[in-house]
Amino acid sequence: MSAIAARRRTLPGFGLTMGLTLSWLSVMILIPLAGLFLKSLELSPEQFWNILSSRRTLNALRVSFGLAFAAACINLVMGSIIVWALVRYRFPGRRLFDAIVDVPFALPTAVAGVALTALFAEKGWLGAPLAALGIKVAFTPVGIFVAMIFIGIPFVVRTVQPVLQDLDPEIEEAAGSLGANRWQTITRVILPSLAPALLTGLALAFARAVGEYGSVIFIAGNLPNVSEIAPLLIVIRLSEFRYADATAIAVVMLVVSFVVILAVNRLQRWAQSRVPAR
Amino acid sequence: MAMQIADSVSLSVSDAKARAAAARDNLRTEPRAVRIVIIALAVTFLTVFVVLPLVVVFAHAFSKGILAYLAALAEPEALAAIRLTLLVAAISVGLNLVFGLVAAWAIAKFDFPGKTFLITLIDLPFSVSPVISGLVFVLLFGAQGYFGGWLRDHDIQILFAVPGIALATTFVTFPFVARALIPLMQEQGTQEEEAAISLGASGLQTFFRVTLPNIKWGVLYGVLLCNARAMGEFGAVSVVSGHIRGETNTMPLLVEILYNEYHFVAAFAIASLLAMLALITLIAKTVLERHLDEGYAGDH
Repeated sequence: MSAIAARRRTLPGFGLTMGLTLSWLSVMILIPLAGLFLKSLELSPEQFWNILSSRRTLNALRVSFGLAFAAACINLVMGSIIVWALVRYRFPGRRLFDAIVDVPFALPTAVAGVALTALFAEKGWLGAPLAALGIKVAFTPVGIFVAMIFIGIPFVVRTVQPVLQDLDPEIEEAAGSLGANRWQTITRVILPSLAPALLTGLALAFARAVGEYGSVIFIAGNLPNVSEIAPLLIVIRLSEFRYADATAIAVVMLVVSFVVILAVNRLQRWAQSRVPAR
Repeated sequence: MAMQIADSVSLSVSDAKARAAAARDNLRTEPRAVRIVIIALAVTFLTVFVVLPLVVVFAHAFSKGILAYLAALAEPEALAAIRLTLLVAAISVGLNLVFGLVAAWAIAKFDFPGKTFLITLIDLPFSVSPVISGLVFVLLFGAQGYFGGWLRDHDIQILFAVPGIALATTFVTFPFVARALIPLMQEQGTQEEEAAISLGASGLQTFFRVTLPNIKWGVLYGVLLCNARAMGEFGAVSVVSGHIRGETNTMPLLVEILYNEYHFVAAFAIASLLAMLALITLIAKTVLERHLDEGYAGDH
């Protein structure tokens, strides 16, 4: 072990590259983020609390967190179905559909925003038939929900897909030949093996949807207290030069993001401890 | 009738082995009806949420004909936005490429405590809301920010100008190159580099002649994803840009402005360029992933 460590040190440049990495990381990422937390410390606890407990802030946080969680749940269910179809079945266009799962990653959010709005507006291709059924999507909270579903799809699919692909087929065959019916095999054998990946996908989709801005604001309607997301409220407070308000909301959102990162790291460790290394 | 006979004939000739294989397959699949429902759900969902939004962009962009489309793209404001987007992407990708190579060398080629934590820190921008990524630079360099007074005294413009846009874009695209290179370089180990060093090559020679050729597909992959995000970034750039027409509007910001002013053809024309960028990125990514898989496989 120590022999390996000693040998690795024979390559040059560790001090230089590590120094550059830490410096640039600090300048670009850590100092700007620390600045945000420092700014929030200028607020007294009462001021901080007053900002967060104002009706408009609470409603914006409720809209962002509530709809992001609901959208992540839809992504969990539909993402699982998509992964199952892509991994287990052969159908025409499978490779194409597999490739386009990544579109929400690659499409700029503003483009997604105007496209979804055009699609779901009252005269849009999908908005018109939905309006005939009495369902209004664009410029309502439902629109926010739709945009958050769009942005979250790849997170669940790309997290679960490799795990299902690597799942040992013999486990299923064993369950089946021991008398489990297909439903029992899926719910009691396959789903538990996928659980860490499914939860990771859920957490990643949720985190992305909570912070999402570009694809949401066009379709949202942005009515205060109804369809106004927290990131938009930050932008509005900034444009009013109410930096304290913007900072307080941002700190709450950042803390939630950090909690999600920790949860995902834990989940990954859990996944590694359960599945024997192949 | 004929089918029944054919069935019974094929049954009678089928050997036990084939039946056993079929039974094994049956243990691992669902009834035909269930399969069709699952495929239909997956395809419908992806069509509604992914295919249709893409199609709608091009349909609206060309709704008044190709001449209106081209005229919208030839507007001075559109050309200025395209130029600014290319400039900002070049700066951000360049900075993140250098950082990614340096960080990947330190992290992948050496062992040290806290490596996982360092990677988590590099990943941070992925989990920060784009709006907050812009906000942190407003708090640093804005009129009321920590360095705002000093910048004003020295007449340096960062916010509402190209440096601010480049900074915010570099922040949101920070992890892409490093994250593409670290696992690849870890997989490749250090043996080739050690051989080069022991044969008398300098550190830089080793890096440029041994390491870089081995990771070229990974570098391209990281640059590709970094560039796509840099050109398409909206939230962070929106906060720091100031929206000065013809000066600080990138392509995504111009899409928003044109859309809000009901210039739908022009908005979707710019949007279609960004959508094409996304599609080209995805195709190139698929090709590169094949090269990368070979790179990983060739090592085993």
